[in-house]
Amino acid sequence: MAVVFDKPHALCDVPLHYCPGCTHGIVHRLVAEVIDELGIEGKTIGIAPVGCSVMAYNYFNCDMIEAAHGRAPAVATGVKRADPENHIVFTYQGDGDLASIGMAETVHAAARNENITVIFINNAIYGMTGGQMAPTSLVGQVTQTSPYGRDPKACGYPIKVCEMLSELVGPEYLERVTVNSVKNIRTAKKAIKKAFQNQIDGKGFSLVEVVSSCPTNWGMTPKQALDWIDSDMLPYYPLGVYKDRSAEQKEAE
Amino acid sequence: MAKLTFKTDNCKGCSLCVYACPKGILQIATDKINKKGHHPAECIDMEKCIGCASCAMMCPDCIIKVER
Repeated sequence: MAVVFDKPHALCDVPLHYCPGCTHGIVHRLVAEVIDELGIEGKTIGIAPVGCSVMAYNYFNCDMIEAAHGRAPAVATGVKRADPENHIVFTYQGDGDLASIGMAETVHAAARNENITVIFINNAIYGMTGGQMAPTSLVGQVTQTSPYGRDPKACGYPIKVCEMLSELVGPEYLERVTVNSVKNIRTAKKAIKKAFQNQIDGKGFSLVEVVSSCPTNWGMTPKQALDWIDSDMLPYYPLGVYKDRSAEQKEAE
Repeated sequence: MAKLTFKTDNCKGCSLCVYACPKGILQIATDKINKKGHHPAECIDMEKCIGCASCAMMCPDCIIKVER
């Protein structure tokens, strides 16, 4: 019998600390599969964020660096510029890290078209600290710090990171995907692979936003959380490619 | 005929594989308990497995190995 599916080599053989049903594990695996398929494990350097995925450095078989809260794109810039030919650099960040405290680093890395890959997990809540409202929490969403639902008069509206960055001239590739079904997981893997391939080809800043679930802090079962992505999150965060400069240039020619 | 191997002690019993299986042959074993204290997932009819790997794709903890 041939092995159809097994844990990728770039993912360490240790139990993940995430809550049951958390989709962080799926995205970790997709990144590891892409690293395996592109054969770049030996020269990849990952930048771990602060948030639930703060211990991502324990799970990837490549070299990892832990960045200060939100500063992963800045650290990635330094690592990449130090040896651009020989290293593939990716950051793995949540919404509290990338869209809140690290917004400046993200926007400027995108504006400079730094040749790095950013994996952005958007689960509309601060997971690690116990479910507070994030910049990406939906209007009306009940969290620890918005017990009556997010009120846009007091807290403004959720930030759509892909749409916002797509207005910049800098970034090469922006796509929003989700991992709530087998079909969507396959699409997500293609997007992540393209984001890494862009970096290998020297094209520049690639960001893949993965709409994820947080069953624990949403107060749902894992299955309900995946359904809530479909019913509530995707209408506000539509999936798709928001910017693909190489493809646009090809079309223009 | 396909074969599934579960790393039972890493299973957190989230049951995402149960919903992903097109044949409906996976379940959470409520009569068993693993090292972490969760009820692990198990296959109740391996004969019916088609080896599509949907369960393994969906598993957040990567505990399922699929052979075909």
